[in-house]
Amino acid sequence: MTGILSLITFLPMVGVAGILVLRLFGAAKDQAKTETAGKWIAMATTLATFALSILLTARFDRATSAFQFVEDIPWFAGAGYRMGVDGISVLFVLLTAFLLPICILASWKSIEKRVLEYLIAFLVLETLVIGVFCALDITLFYLFFEGGLLPMFLIIGIWGGQRRVYAAFKFFLYTFLGSVLMLLAILAIYWQLGTTDIPTAMHSSLPKGMQTYLWLAFFASFAVKVPMWPVHTWLPDAHVEAPTAGSVILAGVLLKMGAYGFLRFSIPFFPDASATFTPLIFALSVIAIIYTSLVALAQEDMKKLIAYSSVAHMGFVTIGIFTMNQQGMQGAVLTMISHGFVSGALFLCVGVVYDRLHTREIARYGGLAENMPKYSFVFMIFMMASVGLPGTSGFVGEFLVLNGAFEANSWVGFLATTGIILGAAYMLYLYRRVIFGKITKDDVRAMLDLSWREKLIFAPLIVLVFWMGIYPSSFLDPMKPAVSFVIDRGRIASLPRPHLAAADAVSVVK
Amino acid sequence: MATAIVFLPLIAAIIVGLFGRTLGDRASQLITTGAVLVSAILSVLVFKDVALDHHTSTVTLLKWIDTGPLTVDWAIRLDTLTAVMLLVVNGVSSMVHVYSIGYMSHDHSKPRFMAYLSLFTFAMLMLVTADNLVQMFFGWEGVGVASYLLIGFWYDRPSANAAAIKAFVVNRVGDFGFSLGIFATFFMFGTLQFDQVFAAVPGAVGKTFEFLGYHVDALTCTSILLFIGAMGKSAQLGLHTWLPDAMEGPTPVSALIHAATMVTAGVFMLCRLSPMLEYSQDALNVVVVIGGTTAIFAASVGMAQNDIKRVIAYSTCSQLGYMFFAAGVSAYPAAMFHLATHASFKALLFLGAGSVIHAMSGEQDMRKMGGLWKLIPVTYVLMWIGNLALAGIPPFAGYFSKDAILEAAYAAGTPVGYYAYWLGIAAAFLTSFYSWRLLFMTFHGKSRADHHTLEHVHESPSVMVVPLVVLALGAIFAGWIGVDHFIGEDMGEFWGKSILMLDTHQGLAHRDEIPPLMSYMALIVGVAGIVLAWIFYVVSPGLPGAFTKAAKTLYEACLNKWYFDEIYDFLIVKPSMWLGWGLWKGGDGMIIDGLGPDGVAAVTRGLSRRASRLQTGYVYHYAFAMLIGVLCLVSWYLLSQR
Repeated sequence: MTGILSLITFLPMVGVAGILVLRLFGAAKDQAKTETAGKWIAMATTLATFALSILLTARFDRATSAFQFVEDIPWFAGAGYRMGVDGISVLFVLLTAFLLPICILASWKSIEKRVLEYLIAFLVLETLVIGVFCALDITLFYLFFEGGLLPMFLIIGIWGGQRRVYAAFKFFLYTFLGSVLMLLAILAIYWQLGTTDIPTAMHSSLPKGMQTYLWLAFFASFAVKVPMWPVHTWLPDAHVEAPTAGSVILAGVLLKMGAYGFLRFSIPFFPDASATFTPLIFALSVIAIIYTSLVALAQEDMKKLIAYSSVAHMGFVTIGIFTMNQQGMQGAVLTMISHGFVSGALFLCVGVVYDRLHTREIARYGGLAENMPKYSFVFMIFMMASVGLPGTSGFVGEFLVLNGAFEANSWVGFLATTGIILGAAYMLYLYRRVIFGKITKDDVRAMLDLSWREKLIFAPLIVLVFWMGIYPSSFLDPMKPAVSFVIDRGRIASLPRPHLAAADAVSVVK
Repeated sequence: MATAIVFLPLIAAIIVGLFGRTLGDRASQLITTGAVLVSAILSVLVFKDVALDHHTSTVTLLKWIDTGPLTVDWAIRLDTLTAVMLLVVNGVSSMVHVYSIGYMSHDHSKPRFMAYLSLFTFAMLMLVTADNLVQMFFGWEGVGVASYLLIGFWYDRPSANAAAIKAFVVNRVGDFGFSLGIFATFFMFGTLQFDQVFAAVPGAVGKTFEFLGYHVDALTCTSILLFIGAMGKSAQLGLHTWLPDAMEGPTPVSALIHAATMVTAGVFMLCRLSPMLEYSQDALNVVVVIGGTTAIFAASVGMAQNDIKRVIAYSTCSQLGYMFFAAGVSAYPAAMFHLATHASFKALLFLGAGSVIHAMSGEQDMRKMGGLWKLIPVTYVLMWIGNLALAGIPPFAGYFSKDAILEAAYAAGTPVGYYAYWLGIAAAFLTSFYSWRLLFMTFHGKSRADHHTLEHVHESPSVMVVPLVVLALGAIFAGWIGVDHFIGEDMGEFWGKSILMLDTHQGLAHRDEIPPLMSYMALIVGVAGIVLAWIFYVVSPGLPGAFTKAAKTLYEACLNKWYFDEIYDFLIVKPSMWLGWGLWKGGDGMIIDGLGPDGVAAVTRGLSRRASRLQTGYVYHYAFAMLIGVLCLVSWYLLSQR
């Protein structure tokens, strides 16, 4: 099975090549036909990638925390082309591969200009995002991580709404600024350890003082990606302007890269610094939950509301990661996965009505229960999942995170749990304004219920919502050893280590 | 068999919910009603097996959450407590299903209504069969959603939508406490499974943990947090505001959810957690005080309401207060007994009120009724039965359970016990007063309805009357059938291990030893209340007006529900909205974006604009700049020489 990770990662590029060929030699006279062919190519490629990632998960050994399906090709200096997955990253590969076909299907009708380029951007994005989760070398990770910015920047900037350029630049500046600091930190790690191999760095122990600086440098990059308060303001703008599928992938996968970074790098590499900065993370996350939930309550734009709710949900995730206990951290990963497709689904729900009325303003709608009962039903399910209703995917992760948080610090648990009240308030308020009430506008009355294509999009998401809510073990079991490993690394900080200091780090270099 | 009881309603709900439009109204009604009726019949069998023959068991269905330290299963736990609840829930639910066929006959989305009802039943059954706190929370929130959906069933009414959201969010405030209680339980015991927790409780007496910076008694803190959840669901003082508004839902919903079953979940929870509560006297005292205060508070508001459903809603709130303080004085069996009898007579009253509303073409204001007894005699008689049971007049059901509660409170012999007893007596007086006020205003005197409505007044069809009769039989006979098992001689054997009462908390067992006057007090004030209502509303109808004028402030306070809604709106709802708006525009817009990206961009733009302004193209500008530069350099040079 060696090589399967490279195959999954780069398979979308085959689709890109196909679409390029189509674009070069396709009949210019019949553009519609070429575009349809392009869509089918993209669809087939993403589905094949998804199938492979299912195979990957099936063959994955759930009993070990070690990296599996490892590929290791020396590259230059200490860097290498190293790929591998553990129980955490394999879930994210699966999530990404699952969401991409849905994105393609969601864009089937709503994108009208530069269709082939749009598809190429999405396929390239898939390669880069899967690459992020498979990379076992910090240099390689950095390439994928930063590379992912480009297609997303283009998707927002070209196929976005009216203020797309402002949003695209804001997105780019915010995320890029953090990344520069991370690059410096990566160089520092290289000089210290002589390699950028992730497993090596995970078992090293860097000097305490150095850890602090490196932690902050990585934090600058990850906090923006998550996004944590107060560097979250790019997200609502980016979401509002991005096309529907762009929002899905942004909320579903790109936001997870920051939190994944905390799990993969910050805690295992810098356990002492992580322990030091845990109060900071807790404080920022709690502020994020309460602050953005209140802001969401005041929103008048559907997408902005869901974007703010994403910030609040990611607040749960960052709390969970730094609780350093099994429930909290597994809950955090589960919340990420669940939020990945629930928020994606909510953006798709917005997309459905946006395609019909071309506005995201909440006040323009109202009374959709009357003429769009199927849509109302679907929206209800995802709303409840977002609110964290037991039995849906949103509950399990949130419950575990809060449980872990209470154990770590009762104040954090207490304040974060207020999020379940506020979350219910803003989501129900949104649902009421859009779905309930009397229809007063003729164009709203003329809206049609879900089409077959749209049902096809939502069906797998609904299945997943309940699957994860009722039998989450399918997701909790594989990640268990990997999470335990991260916790053990994180807890090193609190253990007595008289002989460990700079000496160990030096020995690794030799 | 237990599995079938729980899942039949779910299957029916899914079938009808998804395919209701294709199946048609009649098939939808038959499927849901049939499923719940079968569940009800099976519940009787389970009741005999579990409660009478003592075959308790737990069936594990599926692993749910497993993270190593924290494991939770989907399971069905069958003991007496569960069996009683199965009987109550399925009994009332099946009657309400049948009744709804008639009541909703003019509505255009019957399948949706029936599916919601069945979904609710399923969630409620999951709640009562849970063998761990998390599954209980699942049912807890599940009934919350069903209640939300049913309150907002007529979604084109703004008031219904507002009430639905209010119900859900206020319940979430309770659930906030419930969640923290679950976390605290896990923190202390490392498990959430009932038997394991209960086994560990005696060992945890006197232990403390740190909560929000304070060292608190672990058991008391945990119990009170869980109790906050119960307060939300059972509409106890402070978190009660959603219940009267919930009357926006169709009347069968009010009967099933907001009278007989869901709102009693809090009482069930306290009884289920008796092995934990028993070890924390402070927590029990809190329960008593809250319950007693709720009983009198809600009764006082109930006196002044004019909407027929709201009177009964406040009555429910008040009766729940009785059940709570019963649990607080460790008379859990009496609380459960009152829960069961109350379910039958309160559902009867609600469905009877529904029958009145149905007859009056949707009118709910009692000021526009009157003199209906000749027109709808069956409903009238049934309402009498419900009222007699509620007021605790022997031999009706309420007499047995309510008397036991009051006697147990007195016999507890504690200050809080006396507090609850006297408030309970006062509330009993008000209860009979507002019950007969309702009866007299609705059925007696001259009709105040308009001519058009009166012409259409008709007795309900038999599909609505039969369930009423069944419930009425419960309201008449449930008391003396159940009294021996629930709170009498066979109490210990009947409840088995499902309820724990410590030897120091035996108020219920010693209730016969209280002074006779104290034990007859409830009956005396009950009759007095009826007489007073008779004087006020039949003998001299001018009295109420004179009274409200004399005690204007008190009357206004009762009428306006002691201004809870206004206070909450002012203190919580409005500030939250303003804060959200302020943080958005001020925090995100001005401060973060202003100092962050937009600010940096603006500064950069400004600087470059200024720099570009320097390059004017005029030679004399450059020459001037150079001159100044030279001047500065020379002066700096000269000055630095010194």
